[in-house]
Amino acid sequence: MSVAESAPRRWKRPPLIKSPRLRWGLGLGAAIYLALAVGSIEVNWERVYEGLDRGWAFVVAFTEPDFIQRWGDIRDGLIESLTMTVTSTVLGILLSVPIGLGAARNLAPLPVYLLCRGIIAISRTFQEVIIAIFFVAMFGFGPLAGMLTLSFATIGFLAKLLAEDIESIDPGQAEAVRATGAGWLQWINYGIQPQVMPRLIGLSLYRVDINFRESAVVGIVGAGGIGATLTTAFDRYEFDTAAAIIIIIIAIVMFAEYTSGLIRARLK
Amino acid sequence: MPVGAQGEVKVWQRRERGRQFAIWLGWLAGTALFVYCWQLISEITMWDFVWDSPRVAADIGARMLPPKWAYIEKIWRPLWDTINIATLGTALAILLAVPVAFLAARNTTPSATLVRPVALLIIVSSRSINSLIWALLLVSILGPGVFAGVIAIGLRSIGFIAKLLYEAIEEIDDTQVEAITATGAGRGQVIAYGIVPQILPAFAGISVFRWDINIRESTVLGLVGAGGIGLQLQSSLNILAWPQVTLILIAIFATVLVSEWVSARVRHAII
Repeated sequence: MSVAESAPRRWKRPPLIKSPRLRWGLGLGAAIYLALAVGSIEVNWERVYEGLDRGWAFVVAFTEPDFIQRWGDIRDGLIESLTMTVTSTVLGILLSVPIGLGAARNLAPLPVYLLCRGIIAISRTFQEVIIAIFFVAMFGFGPLAGMLTLSFATIGFLAKLLAEDIESIDPGQAEAVRATGAGWLQWINYGIQPQVMPRLIGLSLYRVDINFRESAVVGIVGAGGIGATLTTAFDRYEFDTAAAIIIIIIAIVMFAEYTSGLIRARLK
Repeated sequence: MPVGAQGEVKVWQRRERGRQFAIWLGWLAGTALFVYCWQLISEITMWDFVWDSPRVAADIGARMLPPKWAYIEKIWRPLWDTINIATLGTALAILLAVPVAFLAARNTTPSATLVRPVALLIIVSSRSINSLIWALLLVSILGPGVFAGVIAIGLRSIGFIAKLLYEAIEEIDDTQVEAITATGAGRGQVIAYGIVPQILPAFAGISVFRWDINIRESTVLGLVGAGGIGLQLQSSLNILAWPQVTLILIAIFATVLVSEWVSARVRHAII
């Protein structure tokens, strides 16, 4: 009786991409790209080496952040940031609802749909900072430009998600309301709004969070808020003040995330 | 069902009186807060500038058109840098975020009391600070250039990728892990054969999604000196070369559209 029955088979893990040609092609492409990309970065190692002291000073600053010396500036910046957050979120929601309705294909006629989608695309493409540059040029320095920037940025986020939510509603309910002879507003109010409301509230709360974080950035180009204070601190190499500001930002974001998590959990 | 009485007639009401009152109070407080905040902003606004804004906007608009198409020669390199910042930054973030995610997930962390809070703190700190602020910091440490941009994008993305990934790890199907454990697999083998195959699609989706976001973010890093197309934008704005600004904005728009298309295609292919 021969011993050689069947060759021992080894199990191999199935790969993520099935076609071997595509798999190797992608791998090779990625390797070539990486080589080119890394090659095109010029790093001035001397400068990096010099900067390491400063980097270390920044790390050390986190162990002894300085809240007191510039407390006046920090407080003003924080108040501006928080007021900007509140007003821009409210304005943003007010603007997002009509645009979101217009960007839902099952509600709006094609021209309105294209217009609203266009607004959303522009708002999503350009970072807050770019929009802020233009608004600062138009409305002057200060938190008003920042507030308008954040409101505009809110549209891209909220209106897009609202429109997608409306497009995926259960049409039966909307049709039922329609069948009772409801007008357009009644149709929206009773057929559609109840279906999208929980998600809209959740997204709005999330947006409060994002708007606060972004309000720390628009200050870099002069649109008010804690970002202006932070930029000044970096420019003066006052790392202890910068560390204090960053710690405050992290604390507020954590607090906001925690509370909005609680509220969202209650809504479900 | 709350029912009120109007004389003899019973009237249906949506809510109990107390609850209705509480909701009304909530609206009142919210509106008051909004008005108060608006007032604070309004006080420090110079309204003369604001009333002048339509004229300024028309002026800028007139200067911006037509775009200076010849300038495109000079922005190919910055665009390439921008894409590199986003891609290499995402790659760096993935390398660092994967271990953090495994340390933060409740079912894979070595110690829920010691290691998990540290991992969560890393995630929160990275998420709270915008990449532009990271860039500001890194430019003052490493000097201006693409390198600072890559690190800034990387640091910012760790939190995002690690958060979504650890949530995916926590939602895996336990029976598969149990099955692998029952064969006598070690800790590493359980992760490699029981957990990784389950989270791989989510992981790929998250990475591509973040890459898409990073393309957008890397377009502005140049404003603080961290390389990419933002540098060109900044210098064009400084010399008030509005037709160049228009062209740069068009280039950014096109790049973002392409990256969004790529990321949608890849996510579609995975899911």
